[in-house]
Amino acid sequence: MRDGFLFASAFIASAVEMVEALTIVLASGLARGWRSSLAGLGAATVALAAIVGALGPALTLVPLSALRLVVGALLLAFGLQWLRKAILRASGYKPLHDEDAIFARELEGARAAAQEQRAGLDWYGFTLSFKGVLLEGLEVAFIVITFGSTQRNVGLAAAAAGAALVLVASVGLLVRAPLARVPENTMKFAVGVMLTTFGIFWATEGAGAHWPGDDASLPGVLAFVILLSFASVTLLRRRKPAFA
Amino acid sequence: MKRIASFGRFWWEFVVGDDWRAAAGIVVAIGITAAIGSWWFLPPAVALVLALSLRREATKSSAQGH
Repeated sequence: MRDGFLFASAFIASAVEMVEALTIVLASGLARGWRSSLAGLGAATVALAAIVGALGPALTLVPLSALRLVVGALLLAFGLQWLRKAILRASGYKPLHDEDAIFARELEGARAAAQEQRAGLDWYGFTLSFKGVLLEGLEVAFIVITFGSTQRNVGLAAAAAGAALVLVASVGLLVRAPLARVPENTMKFAVGVMLTTFGIFWATEGAGAHWPGDDASLPGVLAFVILLSFASVTLLRRRKPAFA
Repeated sequence: MKRIASFGRFWWEFVVGDDWRAAAGIVVAIGITAAIGSWWFLPPAVALVLALSLRREATKSSAQGH
């Protein structure tokens, strides 16, 4: 059961971050040329693979209870950030994430920047693409490493991220436009729920407490976090009468 | 020195984000869970931390006219 949750969480989290990275790579490619943009994408992918490759096996050497305590705390802090933003967006307190608007802004910025050639590449296009993919990808790497190492299955989490990469890159190649139709806000809500669920589960185990029924209680924790999230959205919407 | 500071700031924003009180609340809640050794404490504690964080953000957002 944990493996199913692990794969689904890593896949959705990776897909949503890759949709954001794709927007930046597309803007860089269209405004500054595909060679520099794709070189930046490739360099960032290698850097991210090195981070996962180095840290993943290293974390398997840490005792499992200590790892679950630290990872649980980190995931809870990190997951609550996602969940809070998703709840505020769903209840109208924050604007919804709009890939089309972000794409237009990135494209305008990239077109206005000055030309500078380094190593035969347009340096602005390379760094824009590299930074975008690296920063969005770091969240994916963090999730892959923490989820994977805590369940002693970094390979499965990395496979889920790889599957998301193939899917988003294939669709991106086909449409050559930002994936504005992807239900990004809903996906972010789901990721926030999953990160918080795993955070509660592992932090409790890492702190030395035991769940009744062990793994069987994971769906119960998930249901609790889902109910909590929807109740929060409902209460916040009531508090904001202007919300349509 | 500047690079170390910006590196530290990046990781702070990455993990803690814009509400350090929520992160501190989580650390305290996990500490209490470890002290009492019971599974039932953390879920309601997380609910409380989230509710307080949302209330802070909603109040701030309303005051700014969003």
